[in-house]
Amino acid sequence: MKKLIIALITLAFTSTSSIAGPKIEVLHWWTSGGEAAALKVLKDDFAANGGEWMDMPVTGGGGDAANVALKARIVAGDPPSASQIKGPTIQEYDQEGVVAPYNIDEVAKSEGWDNLLDPMIAAIHKCENNSGPYCAAPVNIHRIDWMWANKAVFDSNGISVPTTWDELNAAAEKLQAAGIIPFAHGGQAWQDATVFEAVAMGIGGNNYYKNCYVDLKESCLRSDTTVKVFDQMRKLQGFTDEGSPGRDWNVATGMVIEGKAGFQIMGDWAKGEFTAAGKVPGKDYYCAATPSNNGYLYNVDSFIFYKSSDPDKQAGQKLLAKLMMGKNFQKVFNLYKGSIPARLDVSMDEFDKCAKTSNADIKTAGASGGLVPSFAHGMAQGNTMKAALQDIITEHFNSDMSSVDAANALADSVLANM
Amino acid sequence: MFRWLEKNLPKIVMAPAVGLIGWFVYGFVLWTLYISFTNSKILPKYELWGFGQYEKLWASRKWLIAVDNLLIFTALFLIFCVVIGIILAIFLDQKIRAEGLLRTIYLYPMALSFIVTGTAWKWILNPTLGIQKMFRDWGFENFTFDWLVDREMAIYTIVIAGVWQSAGFVMALFLAGLRSVEDEIVKAAKIDGASLFTVYWKILLPMMRPVFFTSFVILVHISIKSYDLIVALTQGGPGISTTMPALYMTQTAFHKSQVGLSAASAMMMFMAVAAVIIPYLYSELRRENAR
Repeated sequence: MKKLIIALITLAFTSTSSIAGPKIEVLHWWTSGGEAAALKVLKDDFAANGGEWMDMPVTGGGGDAANVALKARIVAGDPPSASQIKGPTIQEYDQEGVVAPYNIDEVAKSEGWDNLLDPMIAAIHKCENNSGPYCAAPVNIHRIDWMWANKAVFDSNGISVPTTWDELNAAAEKLQAAGIIPFAHGGQAWQDATVFEAVAMGIGGNNYYKNCYVDLKESCLRSDTTVKVFDQMRKLQGFTDEGSPGRDWNVATGMVIEGKAGFQIMGDWAKGEFTAAGKVPGKDYYCAATPSNNGYLYNVDSFIFYKSSDPDKQAGQKLLAKLMMGKNFQKVFNLYKGSIPARLDVSMDEFDKCAKTSNADIKTAGASGGLVPSFAHGMAQGNTMKAALQDIITEHFNSDMSSVDAANALADSVLANM
Repeated sequence: MFRWLEKNLPKIVMAPAVGLIGWFVYGFVLWTLYISFTNSKILPKYELWGFGQYEKLWASRKWLIAVDNLLIFTALFLIFCVVIGIILAIFLDQKIRAEGLLRTIYLYPMALSFIVTGTAWKWILNPTLGIQKMFRDWGFENFTFDWLVDREMAIYTIVIAGVWQSAGFVMALFLAGLRSVEDEIVKAAKIDGASLFTVYWKILLPMMRPVFFTSFVILVHISIKSYDLIVALTQGGPGISTTMPALYMTQTAFHKSQVGLSAASAMMMFMAVAAVIIPYLYSELRRENAR
């Protein structure tokens, strides 16, 4: 019955068109501001190539609502042609047998995606445990380990951009003494985890990060290094203000923009808030990587393609994959979104200072083994494990749990969800 | 034919509604029950797996926190709503002026969505925006009211917002109950020399037994299902300290890709609601049969 209802609803929306040609139905949650504008570029490209685009935007909850709609469609046996799915979740859907590599791997081969992407980024988009054919296409790379700082606040307190965590702590203490909130933070589980992974990569190093949060080694999770990471988290918690729990990330960014707070640790979508407020990087604010040894925490947005028996839709999937990885879309989309192109050969001339830094750093990090997937944003682990880590991190950050207890709880939580 | 139609028309008219409820309510309850016995992860699967999800559920710290919170919330929400509701009802029952206006004012929060209540209270209780800031700005530098951001106390802020929203409704129930009592009883008691307090305490409130019962059932099921209030007010935070079962259920299904575990938690909630509703229905039906 549920299937029937969903089928009827979909039918009502889809049965009106019958012209042959590439056709695509895209489920996404890019409906506001820059994202919508960027998506329009893709839609126009698609139409210019003779395709018919059926939009299926589902807003709400940063993709939560879209995921619910997607699951309902898949359970009903009628998945959309493509949807926003990223990281290891691509493999989870592949294991459910609903993904269609047959289509876009051809495109990937003829366009030479293997040469256009970093091998690590490329592997995420290959089905059959990251080594088979391509079944998804990346649209951008977000960097997570950014520190956004108010330049005027830093200057008037005689602080330069910290390059070690000790310097960062010293700078924060200075700000605190001057009566400024040092660390603008929103106490929500995912934001706590975002800060945690930047600290973990910075204090533990790139190999520690990989052992613990990519390979989930128990000895690593229980190690003294993890204890040190939690110690630093406790220090950072002391630099937040009273109103932090529950605050949205963009409100925290606003505090930095207005100079009420010194800095924020947040992915590069925070740049959009500065841009909207008319602030210029380097002049009004600093965008600097959080201290680490050439590390780079990445978060890639991708589109995954589902099985379809309709030849028009298969043609549409191929066309979409080609356009999505096209230079034009990768450039325009990322100019709007604040991230950088997943394709390595896009000219960065039109991008701002922060994006240029990001683009240069990812190459250094890729060469030196510092390119690591963000677990807080679902790149290193599936949803279950991500939540297992996140629950402990946020519990520690919002309580007086000791660092040793937290490290052990983290390991226990991971083991319980293996 | 006409006669048959006349006889069966009510059944025919009711049939679609019964069918829809049967499928969409009871059918999906059974479906959820079935899924709770499978090892469903990101999408539902249909091979049986036993009681594994229930074992996992009761071993989960977060679920245990959610159950603790539910007990605290339900108990306090129930007590405060009923006590405040009764007091308001008794005051309004004193044939005061502008009763209609006051009644509307007290009942009005019920017309709001819990999301609105939650958001408003989130701002009122936030130490850097609301009450605490106001008192500090007035010169009480040491005034502290930071329950919302204190993980031990945050659950009580949810009680405050919930009571604010629902106490007026309980008041309305009791007021209706008090008004249905015949004047003669009160007059007779007064002639016998009973004080106003005694009239309420010994005569009127004991007569309100069915109203107590109704409030109990309505409030308990509101509290077991409470989701929107928590999402708006604390999102389960600080940390995971204000997680409640309904929030746990949606997070587990849609953020953690553990559909089976989520179904198990949904069944636990279902059983909790059933434990309250079934005795109520039973007693109601028995009373109707007795008539």
